[in-house]
Amino acid sequence: MKRLQVPSWITTLAVALLAFFGVWYAKQGGHISVYWYQVVQLAAITAISALGLNLIYGFNGQFSLGHIGFYAIGAYGSALITKDYVTKWSGSQTGALAWMLAGQIGLVFALVLINKLGLPVVKKRISSSLSEHLAPHEANTLGTLAVLLISAASLAASVAVALGLHALLAPALETIISSLPEGASRPLIFALALINGGSIAALVSYLVGLALLRLGSDYFGIATLGFAVMVYTALQNSDLVIETMKGARGMVGIPPWSTWPWVAGGLVLLAIVMRNMLRSSHGRAMISVREDEIASQSMGVDVTQLKNLAFTMGGFYAGVAGALYAHLYGFLHPSSFSMIKGFDPLIIIVFGGLGSMTGTILASVMFALVIEGLRVILPQGFEDWRFVIYPIILLLIMLLRPSGLLGTSEWGWLRAPLPPERDIPVPNRSLRGSAVSASSEEE
Amino acid sequence: MQLLQVDNLHVAYGAIRAIQGISFHVDAGEIVTLIGANGAGKSTSLRTISGLLRPYRGDILYQGESIVRTSPERIVKAGISQVPEGRQIFSTLTVMENLQMGAYTRRDPQEIESSMQRVFRSFPRLQERQSQLGGTLSGGEQQMLAMGRGLMSMPRLLLLDEPSMGLAPILVDEIFEIIKAINAQGTSILLVEQNAAMALSIADRAYVLETGRIVLEGDAKSVLRNPQIREAYLG
Repeated sequence: MKRLQVPSWITTLAVALLAFFGVWYAKQGGHISVYWYQVVQLAAITAISALGLNLIYGFNGQFSLGHIGFYAIGAYGSALITKDYVTKWSGSQTGALAWMLAGQIGLVFALVLINKLGLPVVKKRISSSLSEHLAPHEANTLGTLAVLLISAASLAASVAVALGLHALLAPALETIISSLPEGASRPLIFALALINGGSIAALVSYLVGLALLRLGSDYFGIATLGFAVMVYTALQNSDLVIETMKGARGMVGIPPWSTWPWVAGGLVLLAIVMRNMLRSSHGRAMISVREDEIASQSMGVDVTQLKNLAFTMGGFYAGVAGALYAHLYGFLHPSSFSMIKGFDPLIIIVFGGLGSMTGTILASVMFALVIEGLRVILPQGFEDWRFVIYPIILLLIMLLRPSGLLGTSEWGWLRAPLPPERDIPVPNRSLRGSAVSASSEEE
Repeated sequence: MQLLQVDNLHVAYGAIRAIQGISFHVDAGEIVTLIGANGAGKSTSLRTISGLLRPYRGDILYQGESIVRTSPERIVKAGISQVPEGRQIFSTLTVMENLQMGAYTRRDPQEIESSMQRVFRSFPRLQERQSQLGGTLSGGEQQMLAMGRGLMSMPRLLLLDEPSMGLAPILVDEIFEIIKAINAQGTSILLVEQNAAMALSIADRAYVLETGRIVLEGDAKSVLRNPQIREAYLG
């Protein structure tokens, strides 16, 4: 007997549409204030960032405390672009965008170049060919020196690429943007700023991961915490390099373009990408690295590469979330990216369930609602008590559900699909004998 | 034809020399077993062959080519698959996802599906349990899953590390029957075991390891009859 089942994607789509239009309707109809409208958006933004961290820690098992750093990079990186469009702080509407694009492409070029050259092999060759004439340690030193020179040369080449690209890009972008009507150029710039926020954060996280991912999990956590502190300090002094970032005074003049459709659209899109990635063979391999590095290595998984992939992708999510955050209030201050704030996404993913996308999204919404809801519920003069009540709630939930709200389980379409029907006969329950005979008559 | 040849292998964990110059080979189609007590270097040998450990001296030839500098990924692709000791199932992945992980280095979905069907024919239990999480299986089922997962990469050589560990005797019989069946289908097997009697009963040839050295080798029947071996390992 088969029960008629509604495909999971339909129920999931229905819930998503309901949430989307519910908020939309409430806003348009004036049922919620601007304040609550922003709270809901903040919840979705936090969900994007937390999904990124869950990929790194929950699914891949790498304990990172530096997520807020990537969030900050995405926020400031994108704000520079949109602020430029509005105020021309760099001298032209797209100056910052052109520099960032050229810089990123140059950096990627350098990374690909260094990777393609295969420096360890080059070093070995140089050292071994020199060792005929020199003492081993001399040959070794000269080999290292040669490799350093080659790296420096490829870096110089990529700087040249970036400069050349900028010379091409800057006028082209400027013409495109100024020729478009404002209704078209504004969303275009915003979309580019969001993607840029993500890609800058992803590039930085790739580099950080390259240096730090070889550390064991606890050490990696501390090292990434160090990275977050570095970003925080850099932001406080950012006005020394780029005046318009205003350092510890806080960056103003960012257009408040984040709206519910942008934020919700971003969350849905990124959730779909992550779900599909997790259900692919690479996604399974990421989870297997969390479960057992040695075993997944013996399955043929390149563990280092997958850790890097998860960390870079997680960084991208944090960057996009940061970019949306920057355009929610139109104001950025380093204190929004402090170490204490950095624990928020960690709390959310542990609370929602490490390794559960559904749990992360659910927990992000609850987190925002609890923090802001308590502000309303508590009597006047007692608002600060919410930082007493909220930890108590956390404590209770962790005591009652130690593996988070959902553990590693998922809901609806986010779940893994069921295995296909196969017509291999399942023999009777007795284990002995049956298994072997089935396999031997095969060939 | 020699499929695998291990030549004067030395492996150390820091200052501790686990393997001190062992040589052995596996011919195509054979079941070869390494037996010995705890700490004799059996598992270390397997992990060195699959590329998880690097020897400091000696060579490993697979189909005539040295693989001591080859990464584990490439070794799996080349056709050597290890079923690790203690099974090491991915406990939060389902049975099917565990099997799919075994086929990680392969890309053709149809071939993967046909391997999966083969595994399900060898281990019908796994098909019944395919949506269940790996961690919720019984010990015997986990061993079957580990072996099935190892077979998903279509290896020419399967490295089995202590498949009988922690299993009830009736299950041990079952597992060894399946090992024989897998071998009958053309996969060569290098089997590491503490249960020497069981291993010798299905193997073609055997090597006895003691503190990182081979002390005895020969065809399984003669090793089984050797009085010293009977005394030391078979009781």
